[in-house]
Amino acid sequence: MKLKKTVLLGATIAGLLAGSYASAAEQFIGLPSYRVGPYAAGGSALFGAWIDYMQMINERDGGVGGVKLVWEECETEYNNARGVECYERLKNKGETGNSVFQPISTGITYSVLEKVAQDKIPMVTIGYGRTDAADGRVFPWVFPMVTTYWSQASGIVNYIGMKEGGMDKLKGKKIGLLYHDSAYGKESHAIMDKLAAKHGFEVIKIPVAHPGNEQQSQWLQIRQARPDYVILWGWGVMNPTALKSAAKTGYPREKMIGVWWSGAEEDTIPAGSAAKGFTAAGFNVAGTNYPLIKDIEKYVYAKGKGNMEDKSRVGGVYYNRGVVSGIITVEAIRKAQEKFGKGKALTGEQMRWGFEHLDMDAKHLASIGATGFMPEMKISCLDHEGSGKVKFQQWDGSKWKVLTDWVDSDKPLVRDMIEESAAAYAKEKGITPRDCSKEM
Amino acid sequence: MFYREAGQFKASYQADQQIFPIRQDKIAVWALVLFFAAVVPVIADQYWLKAILIPVLIFSLAALGLNILTGYAGQLSLGSAAFMAVGAFGAYNFMLRIDGMPFLVAIVLGGLCAAAVGVLFGLPSLRIKGFYLAVATLAAQFFIVWALVKFPWFSNYSSSGVISTQEINILGFAFDGPTSKYMLTLAVVVILALAAKNMVRSSTGRAWMAVRDMDVAAEVIGIRPMRTKLIAFAVSSFYCGVAGALYAYTYLGTVEPEGFNLDLSFKILFMIIIGGTGSIMGSFLGAAFIVLLPILLDNFVPSLLGDLVSASFVSNFQLIVFGAMIIFFLIVEPHGLARLWQIGKEKLRLWPFPH
Repeated sequence: MKLKKTVLLGATIAGLLAGSYASAAEQFIGLPSYRVGPYAAGGSALFGAWIDYMQMINERDGGVGGVKLVWEECETEYNNARGVECYERLKNKGETGNSVFQPISTGITYSVLEKVAQDKIPMVTIGYGRTDAADGRVFPWVFPMVTTYWSQASGIVNYIGMKEGGMDKLKGKKIGLLYHDSAYGKESHAIMDKLAAKHGFEVIKIPVAHPGNEQQSQWLQIRQARPDYVILWGWGVMNPTALKSAAKTGYPREKMIGVWWSGAEEDTIPAGSAAKGFTAAGFNVAGTNYPLIKDIEKYVYAKGKGNMEDKSRVGGVYYNRGVVSGIITVEAIRKAQEKFGKGKALTGEQMRWGFEHLDMDAKHLASIGATGFMPEMKISCLDHEGSGKVKFQQWDGSKWKVLTDWVDSDKPLVRDMIEESAAAYAKEKGITPRDCSKEM
Repeated sequence: MFYREAGQFKASYQADQQIFPIRQDKIAVWALVLFFAAVVPVIADQYWLKAILIPVLIFSLAALGLNILTGYAGQLSLGSAAFMAVGAFGAYNFMLRIDGMPFLVAIVLGGLCAAAVGVLFGLPSLRIKGFYLAVATLAAQFFIVWALVKFPWFSNYSSSGVISTQEINILGFAFDGPTSKYMLTLAVVVILALAAKNMVRSSTGRAWMAVRDMDVAAEVIGIRPMRTKLIAFAVSSFYCGVAGALYAYTYLGTVEPEGFNLDLSFKILFMIIIGGTGSIMGSFLGAAFIVLLPILLDNFVPSLLGDLVSASFVSNFQLIVFGAMIIFFLIVEPHGLARLWQIGKEKLRLWPFPH
């Protein structure tokens, strides 16, 4: 009898607690993270940072507009089938269901591309995924934000032009493209061919088979062709191997420019001194000297609530990229609350409105302590990319040093390609593009 | 007592030759099929249908395909995922390039493409055996994925090599919801599983097992090894190809060649090792084990360990538990889960008088 009473009492208390807990609005964010498998190094920093940023917002501001951020992780192992399972599992959690899906994996992005439109959950793919989704008329639910692979390729060519002293100087130059032989690496071909035709340089495409820990023949080819620059479009172990092979071949690292998946500490530190002088593009910079990173240290790590096991990784390239995911999520919630009201959880549809009207100008970036941390961006119904700018950082042997200001891409050229590709997709799928003049 | 065929007399050849000669088996199988066809769509929610049941069925079919080749015909293969890719890209291209192509015909044609490729890569099996053959089929795995990326025609010139499947429409009915997709997958899997069950006890299946047990002896008694092995490769690849087409059409919707990598081939191989080689039922048990256990662990382990340890530890711990359970099952029953079921049946037959 006594036991029964205790159980009853306990249940009542638990019920009361649960009741009071639920009355405060919570915004649920599902995190399809990957902390095991070949890409665990990237995944743990990207998702750890994203969680740290949301934790900081909860600790410092008590959430966004009085709404606490809550999240749940689901392990995908960077595997498409597991990613779909996670997507389905997270979909209906929380008060209003999952309000944004960011897989940080191109494969999973493709696997759920059509599902998000049916389920009305916005998908944000920052620096990966399907490039032509930047045409918001055809892909209302997908946001390849900040910048895309094609913008990045164009930005890199513009940077080379800057170094040479003008885009007209590119004529007759040779640019080597050392790429990961996969869907990801091939994404570079069409845009590089277009740019080569426009500026009159020659592209030498050199594939590296996955995983890319053997590059003798590729570097022999580079030694014979003597390109003026080599663009490193790599991923994982391919990057340090390329840097080491370049050192062996005697190719100057200063002439090697990496993409953002080639330009993290995880790529340069394993290459040792061979990485010194290597330059890489990025839509975020490394370093802890930004107010928002300082806030994460102050409100999260000082209280022992940090997600990273190795605190020294805070401020790394991958870590800061995860913070960008956090910033964009939080700012979209803020924007959507302006329209749909504070103090309650937003649905996926409302969040989509928030993403589509995201306008982060210099003033806005300064207000969240991210000046120079990421480029200014403005999303619209037409343009789901928003910026397309990258900064270039150079590895000085121990850390990344920012070399340039934000370098823009060849917008009209990239946009034409995006619209052409999106139109082809719309035709294949029988989608009628939205009329953006009618969108609010 | 519960499982006893005494008193079940077969009075005709037809009765003697049915797929499930024991009445209890027949009842159990039909009850199971009926349960999955009639009850499950009603009680299961979207998550169960889309994320659990459809992949388990599809991987069961792929494991079944590999089981025909490895379990019944004794030819070790590491190319199952590649044959799935051929089926998926084959069906996609038939749907894309031929107007008004019926979906079911497209997946059969996709399966036939896979069968043709399978026969091609099965040719070395005439000369090499065992682990050496596994290495030769590894070539299929790498070659096919490479070819699908290399020639953009296969993916209809998509810039990233990813294909996004067309809508499924059979006789004017659109299969777009999770329930209808599940039913379609179930129907295809049940039909092919029954066909396989039938095939392995026919002369073809007996020839496979003869070749598996001792190919010289098989040849002596008049079984042509070339024909037998190549049929095994064709049928196995056909099953894998159909599984691949379903994987693309009813499960993911968009697939890329890299999705069908060596990891997936290994996974399918593990399914038949855990489930039981040379058993139709083992393919289903193994697929369920390999697909469901990690999901189950991911649902329970974080909430149990939760805040005590870091998220990375939780993720790695799940893999450790998963690995430990595989080892446990293989020690307890090296012949797979299907063997456990068989032992169970024998126990039921004798119970309650074990001697």
